[in-house]
Amino acid sequence: MHNIWLYILVMAGVTYLIRVLPLTLIRKEIKNRTIRSFLFYVPYVTLAVMTFPAILEATNSMWAGLAALAAGILLAWFGGSLFQVAVLACAVVFVLELVL
Amino acid sequence: MNHENAAWFRRGIQNGTPIALGYFAVSFTLGIAARNAGLTAWQGALASVTTVASAGEFAGFEVIAAGASYLEMAIMMLVINARYVLMSCSLSQKLDPDLPLFHRLLIGWGVTDEIFGVSVCVPDKLNPWYNYGMMAISIPGWTLGTFIGVAVGNVLPALVVNALSVGIYGMFLAIIIPPGRKNKVIAGLVAISMLASLGMAKLPVVSGISSGMRTIILTVVIAGIAAVLFPIHEEEEQHA
Repeated sequence: MHNIWLYILVMAGVTYLIRVLPLTLIRKEIKNRTIRSFLFYVPYVTLAVMTFPAILEATNSMWAGLAALAAGILLAWFGGSLFQVAVLACAVVFVLELVL
Repeated sequence: MNHENAAWFRRGIQNGTPIALGYFAVSFTLGIAARNAGLTAWQGALASVTTVASAGEFAGFEVIAAGASYLEMAIMMLVINARYVLMSCSLSQKLDPDLPLFHRLLIGWGVTDEIFGVSVCVPDKLNPWYNYGMMAISIPGWTLGTFIGVAVGNVLPALVVNALSVGIYGMFLAIIIPPGRKNKVIAGLVAISMLASLGMAKLPVVSGISSGMRTIILTVVIAGIAAVLFPIHEEEEQHA
């Protein structure tokens, strides 16, 4: 069994070093185009992988999760804010799980 | 604090207020994820005040829930927060070369997507007190939201918790979908990433790999291939 406080320490320590080392050590901009491109694409791939299929397992009915995904993608595509998309996803699941 | 620093600090508080409100809502659902991973409200709040990263913390709580190793946690943080390397690098260009170390150490604590986005847009050199103003209001909002999310998540009925725990995925969608309208590579990457993730979760043999490792492997492979095949142009980077 692992210790949650130690997990938090590792989580915070590594994240802090990632942010603070470039600020203190590297005073020059990264010029390598491949590294810049990789860092640019990372968040999109990471968040997509974390969202699907996990969203289907967060709800009792897989269909509620799928509907929330579809609704979220549509609203985000048509310019919904962070907050609006999150609220819509929650509302879709809430209503569908009441009915299903 | 001289007059100029005080003015930047006030401006930071002002521009940090909408950030703080958004953070509060986001971190509330994050608190529910923390609760599902077995954290107490105090542990959730501590994780938020020290790490200050939505995707990073969310992934971290998954690692905790899976009971994975501390090494896996460290690798997960390295990969998922790798974008902060780029942000911190470009932010370092905005700082006075003579800025003392303790200012750099403090700014580093608060390099989030939003604070970075606002502070890097300042003309000329960046006054660290601008960042401190934004951090002074948004980090408490972030921490309090997590605390309440864990605490209240415990008394809410399962139906409501289920609905709210989908909120974080909604926020992720709001981050990854809009840039795909202008950038077809990002749109394709998001679709491929979701399909690959589904495949790795369901196919025999690879489905035994933990969800945390799956995220790391797919991120490095897919973003790596994309970086080689579709290197970005400067203007793309700024507009996405």
